[in-house]
Amino acid sequence: MVELAPKSPLAGLVPVTVGRMTLTEVDLGRLTSVAPYRGRDEGLSEALKAAHGIAAPEPGRVTGRVAARASGRDEACAIWFGQRMFLLAGADPDPALAQYAALSDQSDGWACARIQGRGATQVLARLTPIDLRPAAFRRGHTARTELQHMAASITRLGEDDYLILVFRALAGTLVQDVRQAMQGVAARGGG
Amino acid sequence: MRIGGEGPIGRGRRIGFTFDGRAYQGLAGDTLASALLANGVRVMGRSFKYHRPRGVMTAGSEEPNALVTVGRGGLQEPNLRATQLELHEGLAARSQNRWPSLTFDILALNDLASPFFGAGFYYKTFMWPRAFWERVYEPMIRRAAGLGALSGAPSDLRVEKAWAHCDLLVIGAGPAGLMAALTAARAGADVIIADEDTRPGGRLNAETIEVDGVPGRDWAAEITAELSGMDNVRVMTRTTVTGAYDGGTYGALERLAPEVAARPGAPRECFWRIVARRAVLAAGALERPIAFANNDRPGVMMAGAVRAYVNRWCVSPGRSVAVFGNNSDAHRTVADLLAAGVHVSALIDARHDATCSLDVPFYPGAQVSNAHGRCGLEAVSILTPSGEEKIEAECLAMSGGWNPSVHLTCHMNGRPDWREDIAAFVPRPGAVPGLVAAGVARGDFSTRACLQGGVAAAREALTALGRTAPEIDIPGAEDSRYDITPIWSVPGRGRAWLDFQNDVTVKDVRLAAQENFRSVEHMKRYTTQGMAPDQGKNSNVNALAVLADATGRAIAETGTTTFRPPYVPVSIAAMGVGGRGKGFAPQRLTTSHELSVARGAPMIEAGLWYRPSYFPAPGESHWRQSCDREVLMVRNAVGVTDVSTLGKIDIQGPDAAALLDLVYANTFSTLKPGRVRYGLMLREDGHVMDDGTTARLGENQYLMTTTTAAAGLVMRHLEFVHQCLRPDWDVRMVSVTENWAQFAIAGPKSAELLNGLLDAPVADADWPFMSCGPVSVGGVGARLFRISFSGERGYELAVPARYGEALFRELVARAEPLGGGPYGMEALNVLRIEKGFITHAEIHGRTTAFDIGMGGMVSKAKDCIGKAAAARPGLSGEEREQLVGLKPVGTVKMLVPGAHLFEEGAEAVSDNSQGYITSAAFSPTLGHFLGLGFLRNGRARHGQRVRMVDHLKGVVAICEVQDPVQYDRDGGRMRG
Repeated sequence: MVELAPKSPLAGLVPVTVGRMTLTEVDLGRLTSVAPYRGRDEGLSEALKAAHGIAAPEPGRVTGRVAARASGRDEACAIWFGQRMFLLAGADPDPALAQYAALSDQSDGWACARIQGRGATQVLARLTPIDLRPAAFRRGHTARTELQHMAASITRLGEDDYLILVFRALAGTLVQDVRQAMQGVAARGGG
Repeated sequence: MRIGGEGPIGRGRRIGFTFDGRAYQGLAGDTLASALLANGVRVMGRSFKYHRPRGVMTAGSEEPNALVTVGRGGLQEPNLRATQLELHEGLAARSQNRWPSLTFDILALNDLASPFFGAGFYYKTFMWPRAFWERVYEPMIRRAAGLGALSGAPSDLRVEKAWAHCDLLVIGAGPAGLMAALTAARAGADVIIADEDTRPGGRLNAETIEVDGVPGRDWAAEITAELSGMDNVRVMTRTTVTGAYDGGTYGALERLAPEVAARPGAPRECFWRIVARRAVLAAGALERPIAFANNDRPGVMMAGAVRAYVNRWCVSPGRSVAVFGNNSDAHRTVADLLAAGVHVSALIDARHDATCSLDVPFYPGAQVSNAHGRCGLEAVSILTPSGEEKIEAECLAMSGGWNPSVHLTCHMNGRPDWREDIAAFVPRPGAVPGLVAAGVARGDFSTRACLQGGVAAAREALTALGRTAPEIDIPGAEDSRYDITPIWSVPGRGRAWLDFQNDVTVKDVRLAAQENFRSVEHMKRYTTQGMAPDQGKNSNVNALAVLADATGRAIAETGTTTFRPPYVPVSIAAMGVGGRGKGFAPQRLTTSHELSVARGAPMIEAGLWYRPSYFPAPGESHWRQSCDREVLMVRNAVGVTDVSTLGKIDIQGPDAAALLDLVYANTFSTLKPGRVRYGLMLREDGHVMDDGTTARLGENQYLMTTTTAAAGLVMRHLEFVHQCLRPDWDVRMVSVTENWAQFAIAGPKSAELLNGLLDAPVADADWPFMSCGPVSVGGVGARLFRISFSGERGYELAVPARYGEALFRELVARAEPLGGGPYGMEALNVLRIEKGFITHAEIHGRTTAFDIGMGGMVSKAKDCIGKAAAARPGLSGEEREQLVGLKPVGTVKMLVPGAHLFEEGAEAVSDNSQGYITSAAFSPTLGHFLGLGFLRNGRARHGQRVRMVDHLKGVVAICEVQDPVQYDRDGGRMRG
């Protein structure tokens, strides 16, 4: 039988360390886009709680401990992912969910990166137009937005700690853009 | 020269620099302008048109004369204002617009010919002969007139962009701005205070004014320290707010300090987009010159600038200084000069009723009428009530009053209001939503009024933000009255400059009026006043006052020209940060990218994707060799190509079938699970939008495939149809393009290759043409589709993208022993042309289903988007250009895409065009060129001959019209 070796989206591209900031790859486990059918939002949230212990996230929010999941802990979390859609991460979706929502496997579709360290917020301020002030974008807040020229999902995990998702095929551009912004911030003495 | 004094420059560190190759020394804290003045350098530039020697005139970003170039090659930056350029070790600045040197400039001959060079000269003179304009006159004029130049090399300057968000943006950090920021900051609002200077304080850094009993600059430093220590405040120095835009967004250009910009990886500039809920404009004012003969001589400076050089940089611009003004600032200037020990040769006050308490020769009611000394001022002539006098002076400090910096308030089409009492334009309230002006920018001239105005503006903003303003003490400061008697130009002979940067004089503006360019906007364009890098900051009001006088109107009636962003020059590099080279667009790479590149495949762009063009084999030196080999390889053995770039949309829900029936011309609700169908999608206007195959994976789940180019377009279309047209339908869709790596395996040996790889082989009985289903490869769950874009037996195998690279490697390695291998886009294109399969070359947006021969696919049994519009007269029938196949049958054996088709005997002109070729390639399978194209009534013309003419390449070929499917017409090879 043929043996196919898997390759992660950011393999060979990270880690990148500039100053006190690092960009690393995160394994969020199984990723499933969950899009509730008409009028099934509440039922979905209940089923999600029953099966995975988390509620469906409101727009711009996450449920579950995303930071722990991003650190490799085996637990499920959900990241709001667009109009009436969220991304279930770190769990094989319970088959019961399928009656409430369209489920699509996205495990291989996204490059998942984490930028951490003093200056990370300033780095993102060079790449994304969203308001990253602590009061406006708190821990557990998430946004679908732009990162330089790419569509991205950005989630705040901590003060200077973010989860970034872009299309898998854009992994190289992500690393290039983030590295350049990191260098600029570090040179100013900001990171 | 440097003088003693208590300016903050003190006994700064010595810094070596060069100007035009000559070495000088300055002090830390100097600008290039202050350092050059300290070294006695008076000529710093040449004027735009007449090449007149020019010295520094101001001490800020409005400087019109002292423009220099730094850097070489890719690091060259022209037109930097010496007044803003921070001195740093090794700075090598060069003067501009002179040849051979700054002190001896041959083109200064233009100055002697000035009587001929007035406004409109070029329009009137270089009219004939007509062809000479582009080839002779324009290059000549451009060479003679100009500013600094770019090197021509691609820029290596590193620039970044950034966003910032705040509750209150304070523009300008003078007394008003600092008080506004302090008030808002103490109320807990997020504050950004931006100032273009290297240190906050505004005019306080240049004056001897006291605030709260201490020197103004010390007070400013104290407030700045408090602000900098607060978490909710960001103090941005060296940052010019350049534009006001919709939604409370402001553009701002930050110049990094030279020592920071010199660090590895550091940008030189940063272009900010600041989003603010409210804004306070405390940008101060710009002092305006007075027009008199030869008022552009080096040494004639703005009085406020002279005070800045004396008080801040401890530099005297001359051994003896004459002061000329029409307001009380002239007296302040004299007092500061005397205190610094500089000899003042005269105080010329244009106000007849002025009195003077200072111990200097005083000339009330007098005006300066001329300046003497070509490369440096030597003396000025003055007109007094008792006659003309000549006074020796190396510097003339002049003040014609102040123009509040209203520019940003005009960026959203606002117009400023004229205030007669201060002879200046002031911002019209509400001109920019959410922005209020404060301090001098609003027309409040005393320091005390500025401090108060800042607090008041902040209070207004805080109320709007729903915050309570704290009690705040207004510091004590001078509260003198601004007393001005306007003078715009002094009568007399000789040229009196208005726009120093563009060499526009009083005479030019009068000429414009005389030639009936009476509107201020027409005058501006006729004379070029205000069109230089300073955008008329120094000349705008004077020029329109002269125009008002010449046309017998009031200033308010004459109005002002339009201020547009940016407030200061901003390089294109700063505005388009990140868009250079590969930064222009992200690179979307397939999982097989690295292996393809390693095999020497040239990559071509398809949207954001990169796809292999062909895979050169040893000994192949031309792409055609590789392409022909790859085509025959697929026809005779097996080929592998990455098709992951095609859009894949997962559509689920009880109404999924209904959605597909609506968006596709043909029917999908009848498709059985496990089967695939080709679908054609129309736009609302009846033309073809896209095509592709859609598989039914389950009762309520379809997987739609789009073309690479239209993946985003189709996704958007589906969302539109669902959200806007049929929100009642229960259907959800999401892109899964990135999740799957998909490879086409095509050729007679494709089943053999596939079955060697799959965990369980597939048999034709279970896997007929257009079937699909799950399979397993090395234990990995995969999807298999039996479809073909080559016309051969073909499969597409999709695996989760993490296995894409490994699968591609495996497929290629196993194909080669079978006489197969990878194939690229060129071969893929030839294979589909042979089969008459369409791409966006054919469905280019102007073709209908009828045109491409698929009219029958538009289902009669149901409605679909585009069906009604496609039935409009003119979109089908004999007069339409219809898809045909073409092959050359004359002596020329080549077909060219883009060429037009004509009747054999007809002249090849557009009126006679019968159609055009959309795709053409050499078919190694058939041994000749093949084309696809559109020909009027083409389907009825199979077997006829037409003439192909490519006017661009000069190729003419006789072709025979035939069926678009030119190979294996019954599809036996494909169906197996």
